[in-house]
Amino acid sequence: MHTLVLGIGNLLLQDEGIGVHIINELQRRFQFPPGVELLDGGTAGMELVEAMLDREQVVVVDAIRSDEAPGTLIQVEGDAVPAFLQQHLTPHQLGIADVLATLTIAGRTPKQLVLLGVVPHSMELSVTLSDTLQQQFAELITQVAAKLAEFGIVPTPKVEIRPSVGPLTGVPSDER
Amino acid sequence: MATRITVDPVTRIEGHLRIDCEVDNGKIVNAWSSGQMWRGIEQIVMGRDPREAWLFAQRICGVCTTVHAMASVRAVENALDLEIPLNAQYIRNMIVGAHCVHDNIVHFYHLSALDWVDIVSALKADPQKASQIANSVSSWHLNSPQVLSQVQKRLLALVESGQLGIFANGYWGHSAMKLPPEINLIAAAHYLQALEYQRKANQIVAILGSKTPHIQNLAVGGVANPINFDSQSTLTLERLYHIKKLIGELGDFVRNAYLVDVAIVGAFYGDWAQYGAGVTDYLSVPEMPMDTRGTKFAMPGGVIKNGDPGTFQPISGFHDQYFQEGVAESNKHAWYRSKGPLHPWDGETEPQYTDFEDDGKYSWVKAPTFHGQRMQVGPLGNVLAMVAAGYEPALRYLNQMTDRINAIGGSPFPISALHSTIGRHAARAVRCGVIYENLESQWQALMDNIATGDTDTFNRPVFPKGEIRGVGIHEAPRGTLSHWVVIEDRKIKNYQAVVPSTWNAGPRNENDELGPYEASLLDNPVADPERPLEVIRTVHSFDPCIACAIHLADTERREIVKVKAL
Repeated sequence: MHTLVLGIGNLLLQDEGIGVHIINELQRRFQFPPGVELLDGGTAGMELVEAMLDREQVVVVDAIRSDEAPGTLIQVEGDAVPAFLQQHLTPHQLGIADVLATLTIAGRTPKQLVLLGVVPHSMELSVTLSDTLQQQFAELITQVAAKLAEFGIVPTPKVEIRPSVGPLTGVPSDER
Repeated sequence: MATRITVDPVTRIEGHLRIDCEVDNGKIVNAWSSGQMWRGIEQIVMGRDPREAWLFAQRICGVCTTVHAMASVRAVENALDLEIPLNAQYIRNMIVGAHCVHDNIVHFYHLSALDWVDIVSALKADPQKASQIANSVSSWHLNSPQVLSQVQKRLLALVESGQLGIFANGYWGHSAMKLPPEINLIAAAHYLQALEYQRKANQIVAILGSKTPHIQNLAVGGVANPINFDSQSTLTLERLYHIKKLIGELGDFVRNAYLVDVAIVGAFYGDWAQYGAGVTDYLSVPEMPMDTRGTKFAMPGGVIKNGDPGTFQPISGFHDQYFQEGVAESNKHAWYRSKGPLHPWDGETEPQYTDFEDDGKYSWVKAPTFHGQRMQVGPLGNVLAMVAAGYEPALRYLNQMTDRINAIGGSPFPISALHSTIGRHAARAVRCGVIYENLESQWQALMDNIATGDTDTFNRPVFPKGEIRGVGIHEAPRGTLSHWVVIEDRKIKNYQAVVPSTWNAGPRNENDELGPYEASLLDNPVADPERPLEVIRTVHSFDPCIACAIHLADTERREIVKVKAL
């Protein structure tokens, strides 16, 4: 697998979980070509070394603390990522920074590294995103797709099975 | 003149920990351990179906997602008095074992070795000589002059790139760094090789757990791994033999690299056997249940007082009353409303933030006690308990460790030296050896049991009306973890997780007694207050993981050290 799309964050802390929500949505809506892995990294830190080793491209999706207004989308690339992680953090990013440090010492960082994120509005205990982030959700998905397109990766939308198309067995669709 | 050092945050750990020390005449005379994040995670499972609590619980933390899932299902099963099939125990035990080996390797090499190993010094090493030294103490196959010379080239490129400074937060060139260049080179080589071997451990967890991080195969009542050798979508013979191969490769690294490297560091830093003891009352619980009810275990656990194995009092299993009645948490010095020490089933987590008050509240971590006493948890306490219980593998690996340190360093390393900063590293490696052997025997036990025709992996839970209570215990890589659940009419009414780092990183308790981190820092030398490497060494020796002890904060990445004259 040459490309990794990694969503990180804590699903229990509302907007902190945006990265994982994005991965779930991408998996629900798209079929990705071979060689592309989507991973819900959750709150993991050093456990992600395995996932990040020796990739060509890694796109990290996460909530990013910043002075910018909540909902602001942020994109950082390449060498700027580790420097950026030193300034803008949620707690688990201490872990991601350590993962990158380890890969750097080993000389096995991804050839292309992109951090795509959004400034959270609320980090209270909740499993659903704030309105502010829900409004930015589609745009963030678009940005991830655009970034993958730059790498020559174009996902195919999954055919949605609409409930009105009933199965041949004759079971009414609303009872399924 | 006394100075106050504040390290905030401590890096190369998970989560946000602040350590304050008062230093007088080059020694630490007082210390405060402060968790800088609030964790209210328990509230999210209130009112939920107890069968899904583990899915939330494992999102508490980054390093050890697996352990919270495990403790959570055990807690609910305990409340129901539900037995689980043998196959499910063995599969869970293998996940527990593989996860622990992964954690121990990563902790030593990638999170704490840089406290002792100076990568810059390795540039001065003679790879030929380094290879001879390495081969004289180990038969590890990746210690050749060619391999070591390649590693040296890699380190040179790293230093010349200037990235070492940005990234690694190491204390290169510090006067407390004592390894010769050749030893630094060997350790750096194994740091890089460890990356490959931690993967193997992670793969075992991924095969059995369906996914990592955040395993998906658990269920209250067993595991969701169907066993059917004829179906490709289940746990097949092919998968099981692949796991066996991975276990073998892991064992090679643990026995010939990790255990040897820790002995070398222990021998060269013999002075660190004098520092860092702190609280020498230890708590651990048995692990790897070998029957359906959780009364027989492969690895013993229990309580050791005053560092004396003669005081050993075993904890018998999942239904142990002595354990269930013993745990309480104090909020007197934590940023929560305080009502005196409360048992976890009655626990409350109501924030009451003040500033950092030396004599008042100063941490988001609570202060747990066991029958009123502070306890240190972790591999050290568990190794002492296993040895006291006469468990042969623990004794064998411990003797091998002490003999090796003695042979390399030329001075004896008695068991009493384990109560120290370096002793915690030695004990963790010893326990990793024991865990690896159990990983092998759990694999065999699973195969043998399947061979009898038993393919059960799940017993369906039935929830009664009314209130029931349970505790799930787990001897995790960082020590004793317990999840406490109260269920009323099939819904969760209260939930508390008492995690290893709560035991160790907690602030002063109801009687103002220091917590294990705090006590372990007393009398540590500090050569340079601006670069308090010694503080970091002792704190890292506990394998801190604060992310689940507490949660949430604004923070700056860089380890910031503030020094103030008092």
